[in-house]
Amino acid sequence: MKILIDEGKCVGAGQCVLAAADVFDQRDEDGIVILLDAVPPHELLPQVQDAAARCPALAIEVVE
Amino acid sequence: MPTLDHIVLVGASAAGLTAADALRREGFTGTLTMVGEELRTPYDRPPLSKQVLAGDWEPHRSTLRQDTDIQRLRMNLRLGCRATGLDTAERVVTLADGDRLGYDGLIITTGLRPRRLPFGHELAGVHVLRTLDETLTLRAQLLAGPRVVVIGAGFLGSEIAATTRGLGLDVTLVDVEPTPLARQVGTWVGGLAGDMHRDHGVRLRMRRHVTGMTGDNGRVTAVVLDDGTRLPADVVVVAIGSVPATEWLAGSGLALGDGVLCDVTCRAAPRVYAAGDVANWPHPAAGGRVRLEQRTNATQQALTAAKNLLSGPAEAVPYAPVPFGWTDHYGTKIQTCGWCPSDATIEVVDGDPQPRKADGDPQARKFVALYKVDGRVVGALGWNSARALREYRSHLTENSAA
Ligand SMILES: Cc1cc2nc3c(=O)[nH]c(=O)nc-3n(C[C@H](O)[C@H](O)[C@H](O)COP(=O)(O)OP(=O)(O)OC[C@H]3O[C@@H](n4cnc5c(N)ncnc54)[C@H](O)[C@@H]3O)c2cc1C
Ligand code: SF4
Repeated sequence: MKILIDEGKCVGAGQCVLAAADVFDQRDEDGIVILLDAVPPHELLPQVQDAAARCPALAIEVVE
Repeated sequence: MPTLDHIVLVGASAAGLTAADALRREGFTGTLTMVGEELRTPYDRPPLSKQVLAGDWEPHRSTLRQDTDIQRLRMNLRLGCRATGLDTAERVVTLADGDRLGYDGLIITTGLRPRRLPFGHELAGVHVLRTLDETLTLRAQLLAGPRVVVIGAGFLGSEIAATTRGLGLDVTLVDVEPTPLARQVGTWVGGLAGDMHRDHGVRLRMRRHVTGMTGDNGRVTAVVLDDGTRLPADVVVVAIGSVPATEWLAGSGLALGDGVLCDVTCRAAPRVYAAGDVANWPHPAAGGRVRLEQRTNATQQALTAAKNLLSGPAEAVPYAPVPFGWTDHYGTKIQTCGWCPSDATIEVVDGDPQPRKADGDPQARKFVALYKVDGRVVGALGWNSARALREYRSHLTENSAA
């Protein structure tokens, strides 16, 4: 699994961090997403998919 | 588990598409039909009053799903097609083109329509903003350098004023409340928002009712206020709230009020669910019925509605989210979580609402404010504090789960 993020679309809602805190964080200044792990272990797939589904800006793409 | 062979989704936007995704992800393999009134490929609304109106984004950037992702959902996508009626006994949705769609599961995600003033909308230059086409029409008129009056200083009107001012135009923002955002987040934060508009050169006319508009040759020339002031205007944007798009449900037998009245599982009738801006449901932690006009709610509620439709009432889970919303003005990000009632007591817990920087940079303002009712924290607002706010959001989640 590989994760792609579009910072330009991110609105800093932090939904991704709530769903998968091991994979996503937010920048302090503006809340824009930080990818902690672009190639996370497979067992995190459900959480990562959940993050992508909940992201209101559709800024997260999961390539399986 | 109910037998479901054909699910119909009415409303092809954020909530509708999320429901479609969720149904397929949860293993629904039957026929899926999505009906949407707008002709365009479904797009997202938050960027409309921000990046799209400003011209920072090409319109297609707000598209919600690429064509390939939509194809992967294997839907009959009926765009440019309005649902005109629902018969819950026969389980049939009627369409404007006369077609009748039978369903054994239905999710209603028809959102809102802008509220209009009883006057003025027949004049050229008077706008509302809910759709991409309305945004592009407004943007085209802004390029001519007009004097702009925005009526309504809620989230939408405030953003439109900020974006329009960012294009260098002469902008006046009018509202009956004492400050912008007063109904949404109270007058304390509203006062700071008002300062921000003034700092950027937007003229505020607060505590004023609009009583009329004047026109010449069918074009608007001015907005008239209750104190007799005439605000000259070439473009007027009316942003005075919205009403749920439920007119097509009249006579359907569904309970309608401020939206489609659902139970705590988003169910409006057997096999009929609603989600997003149009759905009204009793929130377990809010102590009453609510309807949220927030982008994250459209997604979360659609996920729950889709799962509950598939699982059937016996297994359905209650929908009890911590609400989350945001607005951007002039590069400042204001985010709310939980409830931020205008009569709450405010406590600033993180940062400084009045930074005394030598350069007077308003961007330096950064804080989290807690909203308390009867000593209990019911919500929090972050001003340029996305990360700090998240900490308080998890507290609210714990509180509402308890
Ligand atoms: C300009 C703007 C800016 C916003 N900014 C923010 C923001 O910064 N932050 C935030 O949290 N929220 C924001 N919102 C709110 C957010 O966009 C909404 O909460 C979200 O769009 C709700 O999605 P929805 O799918 O429930 O409804 P909608 O997006 O309203 O979609 C409903 C769809 O149903 C269609 N429809 C209606 N009636 C029928 C019918 N009878 N038959 C067929 N189709 C029908 C409509 O044409 C529409 O396409 C903003 C909204 C607007 C308009
Ligand atoms: S959920 Fe989406 S918009 Fe929110 S911080 Fe994460 S990537 Fe950004």
